[in-house]
Amino acid sequence: MIGDPRFWRSGALSATTVMVAVLVILSIDTLRAIRAGGRNVPAYTVINRRIGYAMDAATNRYRPVLGGEELLFGRRYSAQEAAELIERGKLVIQTRACLDCHTMFGIGAYYAPDLTKSWLDPIWPSWQAMTQASSREEAMVRFLQNPDRYPIGIRIMPNLRIDRADAEALVAYLKWLSSIETNGFPARFGD
Amino acid sequence: MIYRSQQLALRYFAASMLLFGVMIAAGLLTSLYYLRVGFLLDVFHFSTAKILHIDTLVLWLLMGFLGSVYWFLPLELEREVEWIGLAQKAFWIFVGTVAAVAATLSFVQYGGTSAASLWLINQGRKYVEAPRWACVLIAAVLVLFGVNVVATALRARRMTGILAVLIADLIPLIVLFLNAFSAEPNMSKDLFWWWWLIHLWVEATWEVFIGCVLAWSLLHLLGASRAIVESWLYVEVAMVLGTGILGLGHHYFWIGTPSYWLGIGGFFSALEPLPLLGMVIHAIYDAGAHRHQILNRPAFAWLLAEAFGNFLGAGVWGFMMTLPQINLFAHGTQWTASHSHFAFWGAYGCAVISVIYLVLQKIRAGRGDFESQAWKWAFALLNIGLVGMSSALLIAGMAQAFYERAIGGSTFQAFLTAQANRWMTEGLQARVLFGLVFTLGYFVLLYDFWKIGKGRRAPETTLRKEASG
Repeated sequence: MIGDPRFWRSGALSATTVMVAVLVILSIDTLRAIRAGGRNVPAYTVINRRIGYAMDAATNRYRPVLGGEELLFGRRYSAQEAAELIERGKLVIQTRACLDCHTMFGIGAYYAPDLTKSWLDPIWPSWQAMTQASSREEAMVRFLQNPDRYPIGIRIMPNLRIDRADAEALVAYLKWLSSIETNGFPARFGD
Repeated sequence: MIYRSQQLALRYFAASMLLFGVMIAAGLLTSLYYLRVGFLLDVFHFSTAKILHIDTLVLWLLMGFLGSVYWFLPLELEREVEWIGLAQKAFWIFVGTVAAVAATLSFVQYGGTSAASLWLINQGRKYVEAPRWACVLIAAVLVLFGVNVVATALRARRMTGILAVLIADLIPLIVLFLNAFSAEPNMSKDLFWWWWLIHLWVEATWEVFIGCVLAWSLLHLLGASRAIVESWLYVEVAMVLGTGILGLGHHYFWIGTPSYWLGIGGFFSALEPLPLLGMVIHAIYDAGAHRHQILNRPAFAWLLAEAFGNFLGAGVWGFMMTLPQINLFAHGTQWTASHSHFAFWGAYGCAVISVIYLVLQKIRAGRGDFESQAWKWAFALLNIGLVGMSSALLIAGMAQAFYERAIGGSTFQAFLTAQANRWMTEGLQARVLFGLVFTLGYFVLLYDFWKIGKGRRAPETTLRKEASG
């Protein structure tokens, strides 16, 4: 029997069919969990709230912590406005090929820092002073518009002709990104 | 030369080798940005060099794959490939598209914040940065390729096991490419589907595709029994897809997906080296069983390099960082780059080179002498260069995982601290040196492709006899 290729063909078909079926079932549940407003990915209006990241003793991993209202650029965005802002932020990320230098969720290129929790980075107070900005989001906007003016260590980000509206959309995107439940990645962030 | 399809195969191999060279040049350029602060700042972005490096990687392998099938298909079915005239035109469309994309990326680099930039300049998603117009044409070329294969099998009224596996494999391979057009705003959803394209191409459909090509290679290289080769192919398909489909889960650890993927992805990706180990055992068996019959030593050496390289680069290197407990720190570092260099080379690069040697023997030497010193030099330089690059990146990546991820907590400052670490900087310097060794190997390989076997055809042998034998 094992000398007959048809025996092995049946094995290949069975293994593939079973695995595809399991993948489809898991994917249906996963897509529910990761839609904006799903159990792992907050709605885009989360940009109106305070976001933190702390160790959760119950799961023994770092998790996003959503707090009360914390307006972005002094504005409260409606669901539609937030969605449009996030959509524009993603378009900036793609058109400037951000993930061919940076990573998000650790995916992209490894030339520049990971941006998964960049909204929460402890470096922003010092950058606020460097850019003479009144807030974290304002510091981020000034940096994104003229990154080559602010060399940081051994990396200098090129100027990608990002205008004010694009920069605000990017900052909103990074704030929303930091609110996503990522199973503890990155670990010990900001400790 | 008998079939027009095989002439087309030679063109694909030539284009593949040219793009291999572009990939190496872009890779060398990319590596220099790490050594000098502000290198080509605001002139030629790191991202552009990186895109050229990784996209030409995909394309030289893809062209090598298409060339391999256009070579073997008429031999398998003993007839010309259907719609070959269209396929020949499609080749030039493919080449022209790649050249236009390379020129756009090099001279324009990126566009403004509009959908037009995605259509015309850069889609900005790793591995599928080519603008949409180019992806449409590449998808059309792939569809035509699928039609060529299916229509030829239908016209021949013949179906072999290898061909059936290839046709079944082409369906997901082409369908998954549709994700190349996505601009999904939600990054978690975007990456969820993006991994269907990237993982299920590289660790599933491409593995099966190259399995079919290598099955044909073994038939022609060693005169192996078709029943045994096809049985092995089915075993490989069962194991590759049995582990690789849910092995997709190891990319779903940290992108916002539910935590059950930690266990599922960890378990199945840990099993992924098994089929690769099976291929090594198979290769050793073949080497022992057929050592007196090998007429094409370069092709067989590269076939062995493929088996070992795939097992080490994809299997061992992949296993090293695939369990979530380790991946939490190794993920998104130069450790990943080390794994991807070794894995792509072992799984696919060596296989394409092996097939080209097999084809060159058929068209130049038949069963005559097919030997040179240069192939050994190319083999040594390329493999030493690649293993050296992977090892250098591994050291840099381990330092990065330790200092940036584990100790520093992945902040901006932790990133900068790790990048300045001596293990990291020396690792990245060593990567450039081994990259130069690899480059030298590439030129020797080209020289050998040009020279080997010329004027050594055994007069009594014809291509058709060999093919059927």
